[in-house]
Amino acid sequence: MDLHTLTIQEALRGIEEKKYSAEEIRIACLSRINKYNPDLNAFITVNESSGKADFSGKKFMGIPVAFKDIYSTKGVRTTAGSRVLEDYIPPYNATVVEKITSAGGVLTGKTNLDAWAHGSSGENSDYGHSKNPWNQGFVPGGSSSGSAVALSAGMCLASFGTDTGGSVRLPASFCNLVGLKPTYGRVSRYGVIAMASSHDTMGHFTRTVYDSALLLSVSAGFDTHDATSAKRETDDYIKNIGNGVQNMKIGIPEEFFGDGLDARISALIKKTIKKYEELGAEIVGVNLPHSQDALAVYYILQPSEVSSNLGRYDGIRYGNGRQAFSPEAKRRIMLGTYTLSAGYYDAYYLKAMKVRTLIIRDYENAFKKADVLLGPVSPTLPFRLGEKTDDPLSMYLSDIYTVTINLAGIPSISVPCGFLEGLPVGFQLVGPQFAEELLFRAGYAYQQVTDWHTKYPQL
Amino acid sequence: MKKKTKSTDLSAAEVKHVASLAKLVLTPKELEQYGSQLTEIIRYVNLLNEIDVSEVAPTSQVTNVVNVLREDTVTPSLDPDQVLMNAKRTYDGYFLVDAVLKEE
Repeated sequence: MDLHTLTIQEALRGIEEKKYSAEEIRIACLSRINKYNPDLNAFITVNESSGKADFSGKKFMGIPVAFKDIYSTKGVRTTAGSRVLEDYIPPYNATVVEKITSAGGVLTGKTNLDAWAHGSSGENSDYGHSKNPWNQGFVPGGSSSGSAVALSAGMCLASFGTDTGGSVRLPASFCNLVGLKPTYGRVSRYGVIAMASSHDTMGHFTRTVYDSALLLSVSAGFDTHDATSAKRETDDYIKNIGNGVQNMKIGIPEEFFGDGLDARISALIKKTIKKYEELGAEIVGVNLPHSQDALAVYYILQPSEVSSNLGRYDGIRYGNGRQAFSPEAKRRIMLGTYTLSAGYYDAYYLKAMKVRTLIIRDYENAFKKADVLLGPVSPTLPFRLGEKTDDPLSMYLSDIYTVTINLAGIPSISVPCGFLEGLPVGFQLVGPQFAEELLFRAGYAYQQVTDWHTKYPQL
Repeated sequence: MKKKTKSTDLSAAEVKHVASLAKLVLTPKELEQYGSQLTEIIRYVNLLNEIDVSEVAPTSQVTNVVNVLREDTVTPSLDPDQVLMNAKRTYDGYFLVDAVLKEE
């Protein structure tokens, strides 16, 4: 049996029923890594050891998981995909790493990413780009590229990423996976190398929505080490997951279906909306008037925060000096320094913060008419390796439907909804702050009547 | 603070100035390349000029939480060895840095 194709739900049941052991699953995934990683380049660092052998009583029972190489892992090299940190070994675990491994998840390795999470394709890694397992001439999406590739290629049963402007949802969409971006503050940021501190969220990749809810049940929660973490109680994400979408109001933002969207993707999303109608949901039209401004707001605020966060890399306490930064990092540091500098702060940074308020208000108004929103994740199909690397701005435009959600700090989940030219397409469900339970319910209902998520790439 | 006009083209001098603020050393070729790329991006974000925000308060973060404090008590932290373990240069339990003040 192909143990690497198991969902977490299936694996936990199978281990419980003694059909196979967690160690057998881990070995199966490890052999996939050894066989396919040289080509796909999903991992920067592989961890062959199983660690503790006894996972009795632990929720995740020893199943293999992978972490984007931006999560600090104690004693295991953490590079952020950059040569600046090529020999950095964290002396502590990120809170999410601590929580997941304490619950029985076994670290199989650290996955590849656009350096410092700067990117939408995986091509900005200082350790070589990863390849999309569905067609290796194409990008897997970024910046959590390696985590998407690792799960999609059966190298682990779940993987973790970060979503600051779409970096979990976009690769999930490009690799036929479920990708969760939680509410800002729902999951602790402690120990995760910071990109844009008022936008960063700690998300994850799974094959099913059910698995995604299982992981959030462990990763979510207040953390005293993260001053922005929410004191709000964690919900039981599994309890009502099968309740369906009868009478749920699903809002369709008109602005997400404009000229920039590939017509074939638009058609697939419309089929998805029809499915929800069949399931008993009520479809309503909503407007997010400032959608076209969101990318501009994001590309002022995010580089500004990046320039501040990357100021700590001076080669003194850890890592190499600033000459080791690669072009995209330098570009964003320069952009952010410019927009924050004397004489320009008001025109750019302050202005962007004000438009951010307008974007948040747009969502608040939309959620008066709808329970969740539904739209595309990417304006285009996964693109070819090298297609957008010469034009930074065209690369930034990949994020047009995802960044708006990060600006508002609200949760969103990307779910597979079909294929075009053999390449995966995903849709996203968006909810108000802390409404992950609703997103899981809606996504789960869709996966009961579709089977896109059960498809595997031929390697 | 004198407000500069929102000129869309970054001069070479401005790019050099920004690079020095950011403590980045760039080659002449890089200075030129970043200058034109940054100009293009700034031109794009200038579309925000059209929006009226006169009555709008800025949002710096979305949690509505302020002044998160903790008790002023000593709790376990990293050992000095752990703190120093990744540094390229240390001396007698300190991080070693280049001299900032020069001797006369």
